[in-house]
Amino acid sequence: MAGGHVHALYRHGESALHGLLPQTKIAAAFLFVFAVVATPREAFWAFGSYAFILIGLAAYAGLGIKFVATRMIVEIPFVIASLAFPFIAGGDKVTVLGIQLSQSGLWDMWNVLAKATLGLLTSIVLAGTTEIPNMLKGLDALRVPRVITAIMGFMIRYLDVVLGEFRRMRVAMRSRGHDPKWLGHARPYAASAGAIFVRSYERGERVYLAMASRGYAGHMPRSTIEPAPATQWLGVLAVPMFAWLIVALAWWSL
Amino acid sequence: MSVPTIAVEGLGFSYPDGTVALHSIDLHIHPGERVALLGPNGAGKTTLILHLNGIHMPQHGSVAVSGLELSRDNVMEIRRRVGIVFQDPDDQLFMPTVRADVEFGPRNLGLEGDELDERVDATLETMEVADLAERPPNHLSFGQKRRVAIAGVLAMEPAILVLDEPTSNLDPASRRELATTLRALDTTLLVVTHDLPFALEMCPRTLVMDEGRIVANAETAEILRNDELLKQHRLELPYGLSIAVGD
Repeated sequence: MAGGHVHALYRHGESALHGLLPQTKIAAAFLFVFAVVATPREAFWAFGSYAFILIGLAAYAGLGIKFVATRMIVEIPFVIASLAFPFIAGGDKVTVLGIQLSQSGLWDMWNVLAKATLGLLTSIVLAGTTEIPNMLKGLDALRVPRVITAIMGFMIRYLDVVLGEFRRMRVAMRSRGHDPKWLGHARPYAASAGAIFVRSYERGERVYLAMASRGYAGHMPRSTIEPAPATQWLGVLAVPMFAWLIVALAWWSL
Repeated sequence: MSVPTIAVEGLGFSYPDGTVALHSIDLHIHPGERVALLGPNGAGKTTLILHLNGIHMPQHGSVAVSGLELSRDNVMEIRRRVGIVFQDPDDQLFMPTVRADVEFGPRNLGLEGDELDERVDATLETMEVADLAERPPNHLSFGQKRRVAIAGVLAMEPAILVLDEPTSNLDPASRRELATTLRALDTTLLVVTHDLPFALEMCPRTLVMDEGRIVANAETAEILRNDELLKQHRLELPYGLSIAVGD
């Protein structure tokens, strides 16, 4: 069967982190990222501590360096964009290896890089230890509007179906001698993207019919929610609480 | 005679562009019957089944399910009574896991807690997919998807199960296993198919539709032996097969 793209984010494991209820993990990850963002950029030691915590959690969950590193690739566009800051920002200049760089630009670059990397690392740890259906259940448990989680569920469910259609279309094109090499050869791809849009639209109609046939009347039923025990909440939220303590210390020591 | 599960009287329907899809259809299916609906592409089979659960409303004539006449006010009850399994299981399986999908219908009916779990477990068991319960649908084989799609509808305990092309795209073994499972159900069945041997195997009675009309209604074997009728309505037994007298 088609190997799912979405599922590539999850790594099967037996760690305690995998076994936690999703709502506690999602809430903790959210609060943790907030703490990272709220940290003053001058507090290098604070960012070091966050990195230490996240790397520790990833190692504990058995995510592996390669697993994490390959999933960090999505950050590259942001890295490239932030590298421009020291060159384009104004203000005081410093000379590094004979090149004039903006001091505030360097700070901005560091700020974006550090916070984006830590934020991404947090989401990799979360997604790596939480299966997609559980993620949706967790969001349900956190009282995210059902409409939003339902839309997310549909997107995830049909991403593979639509990608599968695109793949088959591409195989069919190549089987009839299409061998794209240049940008000028992209036309059939554009046409197939259009075809896929129309097909997806029609599929949406059919899915709706199937839903209506099973009694759908405008409201998605909520999934059964397993409430997390208070001890688990406390244990898991201790991590972002600690991060917020670091934030407080960092501002205080400025 | 018992109250028919499906009673269609003088049903007519035309699409907004004027194409007449159904001409005065009469159709009765009684509790416990297994009926096949055959016909070439474009005969109106799908249009007919979309009337059975009120996706289309009758323009002429009437549709009644177990004595309840279809109207805008009772369409939800009609949809509970008539379970349609559509052709492409990817259209039918939209929830993140198999269990969540099978729960979808019963939850819409207001089932919760233990009652819901019991219903879902029993249905998964019946369709022999209990071991797939926590899997996401995109990780299933085609045959498994079809079984889960049927489970999702069966979980609503419909008075009649309508299957649209249940054997399409199945390999011979999956087709065989599906037939075995379906035969073990005591639900009333309407099977829309191009698979004539499957119709013969599953359904004692067959209806043939063409150009929006029901053109034959008889024992399946009798219809499949009638070469003239089959030819006239673009139906064919697979090459080399014929129905023996007495079948």
